[in-house]
Order: sequence, then C-alpha cells, then structure tokens
Amino acid sequence: MIDLHGYGPRLAEGALVTVEVAVLSLVLSVILGLLTASAKMSRSWFLHRLGTLYTTVIRGIPDLVLMLLLFFGGQMGVNVITDWLYYQFDIDIFININEFVAGVLTIGLIFGAYMGETFRGAFLAVEYGQIEAARAYGMNHWLVFKRVRFPQMMRHALPGLSNNWMVLLKTTALVSVIGLSDMVRIASEASKSTREPFTFMLLVGAVYLAIASVSEWGFARLQKRYSVGFGEAD
Amino acid sequence: MAATPLPLEVRNITKRFGETEVLKGLSLQAHKGDVITLIGASGSGKSTFLRCMNLLEQPNEGELLVHGEEIQFKQTRHGREPADWNQVVRMRAKLSMVFQSFNLWAHMTLLENVIEAPVHVLGKSKKEAIEHARALLERVGLADRADYYPAQMSGGQQQRGAIARALAMDPEVMLFDEPTSALDPELVGDVLKVMRDLADEGRTMIVVTHEMAFARDVSTQVLYLHQGIVEEAGPPAEVLDTPRSERLKQFLAPKH
Repeated sequence: MIDLHGYGPRLAEGALVTVEVAVLSLVLSVILGLLTASAKMSRSWFLHRLGTLYTTVIRGIPDLVLMLLLFFGGQMGVNVITDWLYYQFDIDIFININEFVAGVLTIGLIFGAYMGETFRGAFLAVEYGQIEAARAYGMNHWLVFKRVRFPQMMRHALPGLSNNWMVLLKTTALVSVIGLSDMVRIASEASKSTREPFTFMLLVGAVYLAIASVSEWGFARLQKRYSVGFGEAD
Repeated sequence: MAATPLPLEVRNITKRFGETEVLKGLSLQAHKGDVITLIGASGSGKSTFLRCMNLLEQPNEGELLVHGEEIQFKQTRHGREPADWNQVVRMRAKLSMVFQSFNLWAHMTLLENVIEAPVHVLGKSKKEAIEHARALLERVGLADRADYYPAQMSGGQQQRGAIARALAMDPEVMLFDEPTSALDPELVGDVLKVMRDLADEGRTMIVVTHEMAFARDVSTQVLYLHQGIVEEAGPPAEVLDTPRSERLKQFLAPKH
C-alpha cells in the first residue's frame, strides 16, 4: 500500500474539484461552441465576424495567459461594474470572481472556440437533402435543428468532441496556478512537504488516465448511438 | 371564384439565380384531383418551378396561394422573402414533397420517418400516427420494412417509403420532383405503380418527370417547359400526341 502521509482525503477532494471544473467547462464550451458555429454559419455579416474574432483571439493566446488575464482582470472588470451600480443606482452587490469561477470561465471560453470549429465542420457535413426534407414537411428552424440537424451532426462531431474533451481535462491542471485546490495543486503541496514527488505525481497521472479511459468508453458508446442508421461507426 | 378554394395556385412566378433568369413568369392552377405533369429538358426550370411551390426556392416575383390562402412576402436585404415563416410552415404541412434522392432521414427507421412530421408538426398522438403509418407502409408494400433504416433498403423501397411519409401528412397536394430519376430501371415500375394508384384515388399531384408513359396515362394536364416558360400546356392527348412546336416534337421523339 502506498503511504500518502495523510494526504489521501485532500487528494480525493482535489480530484473532485478537477472533475467539477472539467465537467462545468465542458458544458460551457459546448454551449459556446454551438453558438459560435451558428454565428459563423450565419449570413449576418456581424455575427460571422464576431465568431471569427472569438476563435482567432482565443486560439491565438496561450491558455495560461488567458487564465491569469481572466482571474485578475475579471475581478477588476466586475468591480468597475458593481461600483458603478452602487454609485449610480445605490445597488449594492458583490460578485467574487473566485478561482473556481475564473477557472471554469477560462477553460470554457478556450474550448468553446475549439468546439465551435468542430461543430461547424460537423454541421456542414450533414447532407443538405435531409435538412431540406425537414423544411419541406413543415418543420420550423428549431424543429429542424432538434430533430434532424443536431442528431445527424453529432455523428460527425463526436470524434472531435472527444478529442477536445481529453485536452480540456488535462488543461484543468492550469487552475492550480491561480490557487484553486485541484488534484494537481494538492499533490504538488504534498510532494514538497513529504519530498516524495514520484508517489504523488504518479498517483495524479493515474487518476487523470482513469478519467480519460472512462470517458473514452463513454464517447465510444455515444458514437455508436449517433451512428445508428449509418452502418458501422466510422 | 369557385366555392371551394383551389388546393394550389401559382401566378407569374419568376426566379433568378444571379443574372440568369430561370423562371420567366410561370402560372399553374391545381384543382382537386388534378395530376399535373411538368416535362422538359434539363435546365428548363421544371424542378425549380416545383421547388418554388413549397418555397424551398424563393421566387423573385409572383403569387402563391395554398387552399386559397395567399403567402405574404416582404423585401429584405437578401431579396424577397416570406413575411411570416409560421405561415410558410403551415402551408408546407399541406404540401408534401417526394424528392429525387428520397431524402428519408437517415438516423430514423422507416416507421420513425413516416410518423415524424405527423407527430412533431401536426401534433398527432404517437399511437394514432403509428397506426396510420403502418397502414400506409402496407399500402406501398413495405409493411415488413418498418424497422429498417433507409441505408438498409433499396432505392425503390426508399422512394416508396418516402411516398408513405408524404401520405402520412394527409396533404392537399403532393409534389414529386423526378421521383424515379435516381432509381435503377427495374425499380422504377414499383414506384410508378404506387403513384398511379394515388392518381386513381383522386389525389392532387404535381409531378416533374421524364416518364412519358406515366404522363400520358395519368395526368389531367401536361406542361412542357422550355427555358423558363410554359411552351405548351393542355391535356396529355393534345400535348404529347399532337405537339405543335418543333421543339416539343423533338423532345418527344424517340432518342437513339
């Protein structure tokens, strides 16, 4: 049995934080990705430019820089707004951009840009006749999306989505930099105080690997589900 | 004006793709029980004309009335568009289209394809829709294929399935866009047989086709289109057997 020098429970808490940050970021990035894909495919000049600006800026700046910008800059920005609300309207609210919120926002924002590209390609891969048939049968935009475009798009999006998720999962390690007690930060503390870095880092690596393996299994099942009717999953 | 409104009426439709004018003022009146076939060489505009009838293409000018209700248009930056998409959705539900490449939804079984729009667009109960769908599949000879996915069926089966999907809407008018053109020759017969049955029971149909025998036997009216205008129109005996224009004579001449 490995001796964790009493760090076991804290590491478990840290692992939970890692999973929470990852899952919430994933949800945010999928929503942002769908919006970005729609914006980029929109015939509105403004939305198209906005989507392009977002993906270009986000994908061109290092993740770490973005996280620090959002963590420090975000609180300053929020303070400016809440101060203004207080002086103008006597509304007193306090919003704390804590490490958790900043971490989820940053990672969600970063991966939203990547998801946007994944979804855009996947939407364009849906055979146009399928969408046209849906329109011809009286479906409105929302029904066409829900009943035909989305389910057919997912088959094309899932490989990219699962890839993005794996990278996203590992990117959560960055939150330790802004002081959030995720698995990596606690393991790092433990390594320093016990001088047994290998024990803790190997353990952390194994936990990441375990989460990744479980997700891979889950994605394979999703892929199978969304490939129904299309022969073998490709 | 007749006591009962016409199922479909189109007046002076024009359509431009960029600089090219593909429809130059086409009109059509479909009375209940009419089978109108549109014939013409490729590029004559017959498919585009059909697609303007359910607004899969937006006509640049002209009027469209479904069961007496006129579709409202407005001018936008992108050209003329329907003023009220809810109206379009409502009118499309009364016109079912059968496509050249079937376009059954690939991620649904045949039965799911047939009940999809009745349940989600017309708001029918699932149970009722399934009962109706099973009867329709029986009718087009696909009762045993209900749980197959489109990719598991032949082209002819898919097209008959697509006709069942169209019938499930209880449409005022059925629009057929070259329904047999993508089929292997030996599969064409089954599809045409289903369509002949529909004509016999008094369905109102508008059919773009290259099947002259079908046009001759089944239609109440034939429209010969050339370069975006109706060059000849009338009952099949007149248009197909005693064509007036040289062009139509050539078009109908047996190809070698």
